[in-house]
Amino acid sequence: MEILVPILSAAIRSGTPILYATLGEILTEKAGVLNLGLEGLMLLGAFSGFSATMVTGNPWLGLAVAVLVGMLVSAIHAFLCVSMGANQVVSGLAITMFGTGLSALLGKAYVGETIRGIGVMPVPLLEKIPILGPVFFNHDPLVYASYLLVGFLCWFIASTRWGLTLRAVGENPRAVDSAGLNVTLLRYAYTMIGGGFAALGGAYLSVVYTQMWVEMMTAGRGWIAVALVIFGIWNPLRAAFGSYLFGGVGALQLRIQAAGTTIPAPLLLMLPYVLTIAVLVAISIKKGKGILLGAPAALGQPFHREERD
Amino acid sequence: MDSSMQQAPLVEMRGISKAFATVRANAGIDFDVRPGEVHTLLGENGAGKSTLMNILNGLYIPDSGTIRVKGENRRFSSPRDAIAAGIGMVHQHFMLVQVLTVWENMIMGLPGLEAILPKKTVIKRIQDISTRYGLGVEPEARVWQLSVGEQQRVEILKMLYRRAEILVLDEPTSVLTPQEVHHLFNTIRQMTAEGHGVVFISHKLDEVMEISDRITILRKGEVVETLSGRNVSKEELAEKMVGRKVVFAVDKTVLNLGETVLETDGVCALNDRGLPAVRNLSLSIREGEILGIAGIAGNGQRELCEALSGLRPIQFGRVILMGVDMTGAHPIEFIKAGVGYIPADRKGTGLVGSMNLRENFNLKNFWRKPYSRGIFLSWENVAGETGRIVERFGVATPGLGVPVRNLSGGNQQRLMLGRELSGTPRLIVAMQPTWGLDVGATEFVRDQLLRQRERGAAILLVSEDLEEVMALSDRLAVIHKGEIMGVVDDPRGVTEEELGLMMAGIPMSAAVRGERSL
Repeated sequence: MEILVPILSAAIRSGTPILYATLGEILTEKAGVLNLGLEGLMLLGAFSGFSATMVTGNPWLGLAVAVLVGMLVSAIHAFLCVSMGANQVVSGLAITMFGTGLSALLGKAYVGETIRGIGVMPVPLLEKIPILGPVFFNHDPLVYASYLLVGFLCWFIASTRWGLTLRAVGENPRAVDSAGLNVTLLRYAYTMIGGGFAALGGAYLSVVYTQMWVEMMTAGRGWIAVALVIFGIWNPLRAAFGSYLFGGVGALQLRIQAAGTTIPAPLLLMLPYVLTIAVLVAISIKKGKGILLGAPAALGQPFHREERD
Repeated sequence: MDSSMQQAPLVEMRGISKAFATVRANAGIDFDVRPGEVHTLLGENGAGKSTLMNILNGLYIPDSGTIRVKGENRRFSSPRDAIAAGIGMVHQHFMLVQVLTVWENMIMGLPGLEAILPKKTVIKRIQDISTRYGLGVEPEARVWQLSVGEQQRVEILKMLYRRAEILVLDEPTSVLTPQEVHHLFNTIRQMTAEGHGVVFISHKLDEVMEISDRITILRKGEVVETLSGRNVSKEELAEKMVGRKVVFAVDKTVLNLGETVLETDGVCALNDRGLPAVRNLSLSIREGEILGIAGIAGNGQRELCEALSGLRPIQFGRVILMGVDMTGAHPIEFIKAGVGYIPADRKGTGLVGSMNLRENFNLKNFWRKPYSRGIFLSWENVAGETGRIVERFGVATPGLGVPVRNLSGGNQQRLMLGRELSGTPRLIVAMQPTWGLDVGATEFVRDQLLRQRERGAAILLVSEDLEEVMALSDRLAVIHKGEIMGVVDDPRGVTEEELGLMMAGIPMSAAVRGERSL
């Protein structure tokens, strides 16, 4: 147990940026829009959060700027896919390339700089609980916020009128339209909210986790989040479990390296990505047997009211 | 005069026009509905019925014309406006979200809904309305678990839940068994008795005559005539709808049956979601015989047709063609063995919309001489044969190089029929071959199938149109959830009610006995 606690605690911390991006993508995909731009949005979030923190000296303001940037850039995706009916895969990949390039270009000046980010704030009383305390309640405020967010989203999707509309618009936009709701507006909103979450996940890396800016610092976490949405069958709670699992694998391989091992480091670094592929393969096999019913039926399909078939 | 004639109309549409690109869907249409009446819109596919109703429903915005609801001028820019004005539409393709429950579908998008879904009060209200109108349904069931007939009840309930005063039912009977149609008509009568106005859209004349107070006939986007639903004959309606006299009888000769062409033995196949769609299905067809398959849409018909043309893997059982075991054979083996397949989705499986007539013909003939010459294609021979098909099957087209998506549905069907029949097939698998066609094209397709039968082809005819399968088939099988409920040796000796019971899943022995003893 004594050895496990620090690994589990690290799993929560390094899973949190992935969790934010995954939760955002769940909302976007539930509305019927596939956003493969997560990696780019996370990078833009990481850069803009870091630079805004440096300029203003306020990490909370930095996070807010990151969310704003994420929402604005994903609005481009919404415009292309929802308004113009463009191919969502192509548009998403373009967002990723755009975000990767722009963050690297603008970020050059910030490499090596340091900021005062957001630090650890243990929760009084709860941190004293044996095992659970150090694992769950000895973190920064954004980790606690993500716990609340998971619970809130589960409730929001299942029990509120907006959640009902969200579930419907990704399944059958025609039905939502004939019920008198604005499909375009809904899809814009959830694409932008999802983009904001992805950028927040990226900013977590630079403003909270490492408190520095490194080019390509997300290292594929955006793609892992895309896979985790499927792994979590579009359910926030399962997504949280998946995020911590991936965070844990990352933390574990660091510890194995630190402990000194004959396994070459690059092989250990591969672990989270190998796990991603394994998860996708496992899910595809299940899907072939018809078990996967979580995917929104209209995911990736543009909607036009007067199109006749 | 009907008593309803004295009352002011609930809704009045005047001079409605709407065009799609170059197609004039509605041209100066007048239409009104009074409280307590069923006003039918009658017309062929493409006559403009659905367009007119989508305008009334706020989905389409008319190019010109006015809509008055209870005497007030209204402009609908979205369905929300139409719903607020008390107009509810039950679309042919249901506007339901499959993964949601019945009660969730009921309130999705409802204006003024509480932030936290009020499940208990919603379910209570659903139960009240369903008892009142005889629309039994389980509020907590998910829509995908329901039969098509039940889903339709949910759609009607949804409109009543939204306090619609005018209900538009777009082709509501096409997905129902005869018993369910009877039940639906009772619900409609209950609604009109309470003062609702109902617009009934259909092209089935017997039903139209049974339920209508008034009938408006549309042809090519214009009103032909509005007449009373009483004292009107089927022939008169058909003539006004089509624009010429229509012969209802099918001319069929008696044939001696030849050898067995197709035999299936306990065939099982899965649908696209991996669930069993065809179960332990055994049937046989002989030369010169049409075996009809009746059933409600989605009961394994498509999967059966695909299994019999090699497009869908067979889990268990065997398919034997002319004595040769074809189980697990590649589709091209089926084509080479002489299987012609006319799929229901002509723009999906049947033809490639962006390819021209020659290329579409070549899709299933490229391997065959004289269209293939070694590794090259002979486009002259392809064009020659395509031209002959265009002539023989009366495909109206500006040329052979036109993308087939520019052809009308009827002409696409003629082209596909020509391609499938040109190689003198031994077995023809035809699924919904007349779906969505006008009367002229329908007659042509049926006539071609009968000619193939006379030539000695074995034909499997799958159709949801009971009248069609009853008229054309030599033997008639009824399919329910992928299983054959019974095979009728003489389609004329069975009633629609008996077929309806079989379509609902009651095996033939019980269905026939049950009806007779009533």
